[in-house]
Amino acid sequence: MKKKKVLAVASKGGHFIQLMRLKPVFDRCDTSYVTNQKRCDIKDLTCVVDANRNSKLLLILLFLQVFWVVLIKRPDVVISTGAAPGYFAVLCGKLVGAKTIWLDSIANAEELSLSGQQAGKFADLWLTQWPTLAKENGPRFGGRVL
Amino acid sequence: MILLTVGTQLPFDRLVRAMDEWAKANPHIEVFAQIANGEYIPKHMEYVGFLGQKHFESLFAQSELVIAHAGMGSVISSLISAKPVVIFPRRASLGEHRNEHQLATCQKLSSLKGCYVAHEPDDLYSILDEQHQLEGGAIGPFANPQLLQTIENFILQ
Repeated sequence: MKKKKVLAVASKGGHFIQLMRLKPVFDRCDTSYVTNQKRCDIKDLTCVVDANRNSKLLLILLFLQVFWVVLIKRPDVVISTGAAPGYFAVLCGKLVGAKTIWLDSIANAEELSLSGQQAGKFADLWLTQWPTLAKENGPRFGGRVL
Repeated sequence: MILLTVGTQLPFDRLVRAMDEWAKANPHIEVFAQIANGEYIPKHMEYVGFLGQKHFESLFAQSELVIAHAGMGSVISSLISAKPVVIFPRRASLGEHRNEHQLATCQKLSSLKGCYVAHEPDDLYSILDEQHQLEGGAIGPFANPQLLQTIENFILQ
């Protein structure tokens, strides 16, 4: 069977570290990565701008960059742990017909992240890492990165 | 060496200042601080605003103890490499973050082996005074099997 094409997206730091905790799954797929920090230890990685809610212009640039990667890579599945790049990736993934996964950061123990609440609309599999936050018509719990 | 890290997004002068005070009183112990774009300039420890991935990893490898804000990057990296980590949460009420999620994170993490939580400089100092008794964490390099299975099943479906 042909390997599934996966696009794994997260901002640098804790989001990316949590994403890489899923590496055994990614290694069994044809996986490309997107983050906002240059790093040479990961092959097939695209670096995008570092943007957040505070800068509209950078957010637009980020959206275009992420959309471009999604168009080029044509993934079967898009997965993200957050934040802004992941939100756009899940949205763009949905637009091109990919299956989408949002895994909300383990840091959000009392309420879902802002990006996670919004990404839920575009995520076919919407996950929280805290059973107390799981609900019907909301994210479900399916394990955690620790 | 003790590594202090406040992450890459926001300054955290309250923690940097507290650690600088400690470094002043303990000049025989090397402390290296990553302070982001903070206004407080440390006088008693070596510091840098931001670190590249490689430099960070090398400092991380050299350190025996990590002091960090409650960012999951710092916490998970410490647990993986079995280094004790003292977590000092940011408080939104003091303008240190957008919301109080770091307090919630700390509450949940405090029971994990290898994690020590300090809310005030004095808590931090008591932990540092007994630093040789601190234990490192014990988690593997990857997510728990349940999560790996959930994600893989969905991808292959």
